[in-house]
This record gives sequence, C-alpha cells and structure tokens, in this order.
Amino acid sequence: MIPIDITGLTRDDAMHLYQEMLRIRRFEDRVYQLFLKGELPGTLHQYQGQEAVAVGACQSLNSDPKNMDWITSTHRPHGHAIAKGVSMRGAMAELYGKATGCCGGKGGSMHLGDPDVGMIPAIAIVAGGISVVSGLGLAFKLKKTGQVALCFFGEGATNEGAFHEGLNFAAVQKLPIVYVCENNIYGASTPFHQTSLVTDVADRAAVYGIPSVIVDGMDVVAVRTAVAEARARAAAGDGPTLIEAKTYRFAGHSRGDARGYRTREEEAEWADKDPIERMALAIISTGLADAEALAAVRLAVDTELEDSVEFSRNSPDPDPSEALTDAYATPITIGASS
Amino acid sequence: MSTTSSTTPVKAERRLTIAEAIREGIAEEMERDPSVFLIGEDIGIPGGFGGAFGVYLGLPEKFGHERIIDTPISEKAIAGAAVGAAMMGMRPIPDMQYADFLFECMDELVNQAAKMRYMSGGKLKVPLVMRCPVGTANRGAQHGQCPESYFIHVPGLKVVAPSDAYVAKGIIKAAIRDDDPVLVFEHKLLYGSKGREQAGGLDLTAHVPEEDYVFPIGKAVVKRVGSTITVVATHLTLYRCLAAAEELAKEGIDCEVIDPVTLQPFDTETVFASVEKTGRLLIAHEDTLTGGWGAELAARVAEERLFSLAAPIKRVASHDVPLPVAPILEQTVVPSQARITDELRKLAKV
Repeated sequence: MIPIDITGLTRDDAMHLYQEMLRIRRFEDRVYQLFLKGELPGTLHQYQGQEAVAVGACQSLNSDPKNMDWITSTHRPHGHAIAKGVSMRGAMAELYGKATGCCGGKGGSMHLGDPDVGMIPAIAIVAGGISVVSGLGLAFKLKKTGQVALCFFGEGATNEGAFHEGLNFAAVQKLPIVYVCENNIYGASTPFHQTSLVTDVADRAAVYGIPSVIVDGMDVVAVRTAVAEARARAAAGDGPTLIEAKTYRFAGHSRGDARGYRTREEEAEWADKDPIERMALAIISTGLADAEALAAVRLAVDTELEDSVEFSRNSPDPDPSEALTDAYATPITIGASS
Repeated sequence: MSTTSSTTPVKAERRLTIAEAIREGIAEEMERDPSVFLIGEDIGIPGGFGGAFGVYLGLPEKFGHERIIDTPISEKAIAGAAVGAAMMGMRPIPDMQYADFLFECMDELVNQAAKMRYMSGGKLKVPLVMRCPVGTANRGAQHGQCPESYFIHVPGLKVVAPSDAYVAKGIIKAAIRDDDPVLVFEHKLLYGSKGREQAGGLDLTAHVPEEDYVFPIGKAVVKRVGSTITVVATHLTLYRCLAAAEELAKEGIDCEVIDPVTLQPFDTETVFASVEKTGRLLIAHEDTLTGGWGAELAARVAEERLFSLAAPIKRVASHDVPLPVAPILEQTVVPSQARITDELRKLAKV
C-alpha cells in the first residue's frame, strides 16, 4: 500500500480528514449489520471505498450557514450526507424511518439530505441531480451570493440525457457549479467500457467547452485540492468544472449484490488503495501522529456511531398522520373530496 | 400580436386578450418580487418571438436579460434549473413553448419538482410556474395535445387551466405567489385575435382591471347559470359548451356551465352544488377521453353525489387517437360544438 501525499498538512487537518472518512466507513459497516439484522427497512447502496471523494469534496466547500455551498447527491448518498454535515443521528434515524430522521422518515436511504446543512434530498434517479443543480447555481448567480453548488454523480450518469443538457446549459450560463463524477467503474453490474467508447469521463467536458480534471479518488487530499480549485473558478464567475474521481465501491451495488461481475483480484487491487488506510499510513509514516492517536479517533467515531444507533432505536416512529403532510406547502384536500 | 391593450375598441371597461393579461400579470409580479424570473427557449432574443405566441413581448426591454433567460433547446435543463432555483428561494417561470414538450422533462417535474418538499420532510419548497400552451390548431400529433390530466395524477403538483383574460391575469399572479409548483395550461386558440377567428368569432377579450388582484387557485367559475344540465368544461371546449348552451336554451334546455379553472386541487364543491340542482352532468374537454380529468371528476361525483343524479354522467372528449392534421380529421377528433350539442340534447331526455 502506498500512503497518500500529505505534505504541508497540519496534524489537526490530517486527523480531521482521517476522522471524517472513518465516520463514513464505520457508519456504512454498521448500517450493513443493522440491515442484515432486520432493523432497517428498504434497501441500501453503500459507499465504502469512495470516502475520499465525499470528504475531499465537501471539505473544500463553504459551510458558513449564512452563505453555505450546497450539494446534490445520488441513490448512494450516505457518505455525501455525513461529509456535508448531516448529523450521524439524523442520518441513522432516517435510515430507521424514525420521526427524528433528517427527513422525518419521508426520505430514507436513497433520499438522505438536509437543507439545514446545504444538501437537498438525494436524487435517486440517475443524473437527476445534474438537471437540478443548474438551478442551484442559477439562483446563486442571480442573487450574486458567491455560493457554489456541487453535484455528485457516477460515471453511469454521463450516459443520460440530463448530463448533456445540464452541462451544456451550465457551461453557457457560466454557472457556479462543480461536477464531481465518482467513476467507480460499474453502473450496477455493467462496466463503463461496455457502455462508452470514451475511457475517461473527463474527456466529455471538452464538448461543452468546460475544463476537466482527473483525480485519484482514493486520495482525499488530491480530491480536496482539485475541488478547491474548481470551486474557486466557479465562485469567480468562470463557470463549471468537471472532476472525474477514479474510485471503487468495496461493497456491491446494493444490499443483495454478490459481485459476480467482477473478480476478487480486481477487488484486492482496489482494497490496496483503501483511502482510509492510505491516509493512516501517511499520518504514521510522516510522524504527524502515532497509532495510539489514530485508535483514539476510532474510539471517538465508534462512540458517536453507537450513540446514533441508540438514539435511532429509542426514537419514536413518525405519527401516521405525517404521511399526509408536506406534499404541498399550501395544504390541499388529499384524495377524494369531502 | 399587439403589445398594447388596444386590440379591441375600449369602451367603459378595459378589455385584454389572454396573452395580454398573462403578460401584464407576469410583469406586475416581476415588478413586485425580484426573485421572479423567466426561463425558456426563444423568450427574450432581440428580434425574436417573445416566447411562443408572443406572450413575453416587451418584457426583456423592461426587465433585462438577466431575468429573462434564453436557453438552449433543452427542456430537461429548463425544468431542472427551475426546480433547483425554486428550492433556493427564487420564483422561476419556465416556459415550454408547447405543452407537448413537457414529456421531455417528466423526470424534473414528476420526480423532482413534485417530490422535493415531501422527501425533505417539509423543509424545502418548490415555487415554480410552468407555462404550457395546449390545444389543437392543425399542428398534428406532437404540437396540439392537452396533457393537463397527466399532471393532476402527480401529488405535489398543482394544475390550472385559465380560459379567460380576467382569470388568466389573476391566476398567473396567484401561481407565482404560490409556494408549490404550478403548471399553467393555456389554450393556443384563446390567446388573442387569431384565436377569435379560429374559435368561431367569439370575443375572447375580457375586462381586466389594471389594479393588483389574484384569482385563487382551486376556485371554479359559474359561467352560465342554468337548471337542466351541469356542464363542466375548459379552454376552447368551454366556449363551445357556452355556444351550445345558448343554442339549446331556445329548446328549453337550460345548461349551467362551469369553468373549473383549477384541475388540481379541483373545486368539486361548486360542481356538487350544481349537480344537486340539475341532476345531470356533462363534462367536456379537448384532452382524450380515457384517463382525462373528466374521468376523475365523474368518479368524484359518482362517489359523493350519485343520488343527486337523474341520469348517467356523460363525458365528451377527444377520441382516443393521436391528433391528425387535416382540418376535417382534426375536427372529427376534438369535441365539436355539434357533438356537444347533440350529447346535451340526449342527456336532457334521459
């Protein structure tokens, strides 16, 4: 395993990045157990392996509540949500379908999000966020707030019409948007090379007249640097950038995926690039911190995690009447009249 | 199309076409609220069209191109940008040129606009107003549909269909101020003078006050009071029903004609009250028969006021085929005044 380059990082900074990635990893591992135990309804699309992308990207965004940047996400949003600042309690309770969840139990795993921290409910239609993020950017541009919108999507989304319409529109309008494509190679079971003659998603940016960059998606610092540059460009009014992060999901596409479409050798190759382990190795090898300090971080993460599980278990179900609220801002009679 | 309100002689009252009324309503709201903006194809290009049917003529000069955004031919991008901007506190008015193009952005409307508020547990709102011209006009199968009914099926969306200038100005203003996504379906043949000719010489201008007013979403209008049959219709079909009612009045058949104006949420109470009086109901629309909004209204009347009915409910709608172009074929498909009159006459005798 090759450690990532953390030259110039302070101890606090490096430890924070490590902790943020670990929060996602431990959350996802725990969620999988809870799901198998039957505690969580629905389905799961897990994020293990891609943590460097969510954390690196969100660490480059403005989180000042008065003028925060926003993100859109996908059917695989747990990592994005936690990285953007959705509380672990709020996220976990949402997966439990509890009233205390960040969407009150109406969003669930695939629509995790929280406007309070700058994340609209995740859009589980592939490339759906690419359409909508234009509007976030357009609002920021019209209001001249300096805010930026960041759109996460997978390589599979780049074969949707929304990708073409969205990038072209954002480019011509010079919208303050950062597109982050997490190329994890597979759209469910189908490898990208079987659906596109373009090897790198980044190549597609040129046809919309916008810059692109390919980044090691298993390197949190590299992602953060690339997104920071793209964010600065967007905020300066110079328009969107397409970032392609080469990454890998360690789990299957969704809960029941036995991963028969890829080899164990390929998985081992990518496991050797584990973004959290590479970060830990970098921290140790540069002497920023020792194994004991990293263990303390793990303990803190697990304490937060178990608290979120207990919180969720002890939270009330939503009142059934809540099912009929929030469809409209101005309530109307639902269903048959009178 | 004229950009002034002088297309018809002004008598005691100021009369506007629907196009002029909508333009005035939008202009007033843009003046009042800086978060309102227009976005669509061919809406503000200098020397261009002023949007489909010229509704936006004059607005770019008044409000500038930052608030009147010309887009690529990308309906998904238009609708997506509107949804996103609405969630961020703006009040976009996206424009579809032809309602037929809504099918290009069904995901943005049905999966995003309609559901974002709900999925967020009520934390977000999506106040956008999608303008959608409908109606057949010898343009064939892909530029003449009336797809309103697809959208009444989507919880989270509101659907309005104004048919006269007074209502049009008031309801576009209400829609802009509403915190939910509203689709506004306008009939191409009712916009202005061209429509008057094609609609059979009806004077479709109406008194439109200059002052600020809204026409509430969810409220029907009784266009003609009567006692024999309740008729519910929208758009061009509404005017055909009104003409049919005048014709039948000579035969002693006295129709009460209701313009529902809003299709979701539907003002069923006004229809129920009328049906209780008349005992007979005919619903007419230019949308095709099967699954049209008339089916929903018929179901609700059957559920709630079956015992007020003296005869089965009758629907008159376009036949369940795509729209042809040849005028004689087209007029066979859509509900003609003759077909409406004939069905009303039969219904009166049941």
